[in-house]
Amino acid sequence: MSKVIVVTSGKGGVGKTTTSASFSTGLAMRGHKTVVIDFDVGLRNLDLIMGCERRVVYDFVNVINGEATLKQALIRDKAYDNLYILPASQTRDKDAFSKEGVGKVIDELKESFDFIVCDSPAGIERGALMALYFADEALIVTNPEVSSVRDSDRILGILSAKSKRAEDGLDPIKEHLVVTRYSPSRVESGEMLSIDDIQELLGIKLLGIIPESPAVLQASNSGVPVVRDDDSNSGQAYQDLVARFLGEERPMRFMGPEKKGFLQRLFGT
Amino acid sequence: MTSDTHRAVEIKGSMFTLPVLRLYSADVQEIGETLSQQLAKHLAFFENAPVVVDLEHLRDDDGVLELSTLATLLRCHQLVPVGIRHGTEMQNAAAIAAGLAVLKGGAVPTAVTKKQTEESPRVEAPVLAQAVTRPTRVVRQPVRSGQQIYAQGGDLIVMAQVNAGAEVIADGNIHIYAPLRGRAMAGVLGDESARIFTQSMEAELLAIAGNYQVYEASQPATLRGKPVQAYLEGTQLLVAPLL
Ligand SMILES: Nc1ncnc2c1ncn2[C@@H]1O[C@H](COP(=O)(O)OP(=O)(O)OP(=O)(O)O)[C@@H](O)[C@H]1O
Ligand SMILES: [Mg+2]
Repeated sequence: MSKVIVVTSGKGGVGKTTTSASFSTGLAMRGHKTVVIDFDVGLRNLDLIMGCERRVVYDFVNVINGEATLKQALIRDKAYDNLYILPASQTRDKDAFSKEGVGKVIDELKESFDFIVCDSPAGIERGALMALYFADEALIVTNPEVSSVRDSDRILGILSAKSKRAEDGLDPIKEHLVVTRYSPSRVESGEMLSIDDIQELLGIKLLGIIPESPAVLQASNSGVPVVRDDDSNSGQAYQDLVARFLGEERPMRFMGPEKKGFLQRLFGT
Repeated sequence: MTSDTHRAVEIKGSMFTLPVLRLYSADVQEIGETLSQQLAKHLAFFENAPVVVDLEHLRDDDGVLELSTLATLLRCHQLVPVGIRHGTEMQNAAAIAAGLAVLKGGAVPTAVTKKQTEESPRVEAPVLAQAVTRPTRVVRQPVRSGQQIYAQGGDLIVMAQVNAGAEVIADGNIHIYAPLRGRAMAGVLGDESARIFTQSMEAELLAIAGNYQVYEASQPATLRGKPVQAYLEGTQLLVAPLL
């Protein structure tokens, strides 16, 4: 049975696309046939982070409008041949998304993929509503700050009221909390909310904590999702997150302040 | 009555709580604009509710009130106009001609509504006693930012958190067996005996029968995060620890 997973947040710039790229790549790395869809019409950048922007010919909207087949529009990942990207259109507007159109594409993808990951745009408008409408599970991407938590709360309310599962009276969407751009030192100084605070406010289960790290920007600049960077803490954190999603027990890492190595202590960096 | 045969009809006295729409203008178009703009949000609570139109505050120089046009307007807003009160002789006659009742509810003092502007028509305290049946609405999921839950005609029980930016509303009491971080409004039709209970007081706003209090992040200092109940004493909204 294939699963549709939406990566959403309400607030912009919190790390949805970064998470979608690493999550889908992580699932593929573990042998699952995965497709990741960019719902951010007009602002597409999933293809950049996935490093396939030069190979975009047809996009999601072309498929919905019947101007291209899915086969033509899907881009196969260079590193993992069980990973595909369905890019967003850069020129069309959001009205191109109809429930029937999106539903048809998702149904077709379900025939050949284990996981369908939907990268939602920010906000609560059409693109975001379409990205979550067909979801079975949701990654709620939140930064440790009040406004981001509030927007996530809002999105959780919409998931429980406006999704297909809600409308059809099925089991509710399974919700997972993903805290990104987490900086232990800023939490300690009281500038940011702690994991406990966020969990208490939102009341959903924590799937992973991704620390703030320069490796994320480097990764997106080079078009290689950070989950493939074994040396970075954020890469490892995404690997843990994928493992937990697949049912493995893994302790939460990177919650405390980073321990400085001997040399770093010596030279005070 | 000697033999208890089949009856087609019976007359019984019963008391009902009715919202009152108080007019400050006789201009039906202006009333319509106020209803659809300022009061649209509140009107949602009163969908298909019977309302009484109060004419006490109309002045002679406000002009003639077109009662049948007003009745049509109210029906367009999903209200069911049942009658008027405080009308002049002419207005009473016009009401009867328009199929509306003339109510004599003048003796009941109107509730003083704190911090509320007086210039627009608004729904005020009940004319008579409580409604007869009070179904309870039970919510088991968290009420999240942007969501609104209304228990019409009765109490509301919420078994999960009510988050900041969420609103829970009831004609009767509100019980929250979890933290209340958003807004809670009990007795919205004017029931001044309604109460609000929560396991953890972190509310942004509490209101009972239109008397409300807004709270800052650290307020009320001693009761924050504690189990409390809120109730009215006169028009004063009080918050006290439970137990
Ligand atoms: N863990 C992290 N550490 C450092 N920077 C990060 C991290 N996660 C995301 N970023 C940076 O934050 C910015 C926004 O990330 P991203 O594009 O993934 O967010 P988004 O939620 O998809 O944004 P939008 O709402 O615009 O779609 C990017 O510059 C990204 O490199
Ligand atoms: Mg994005």
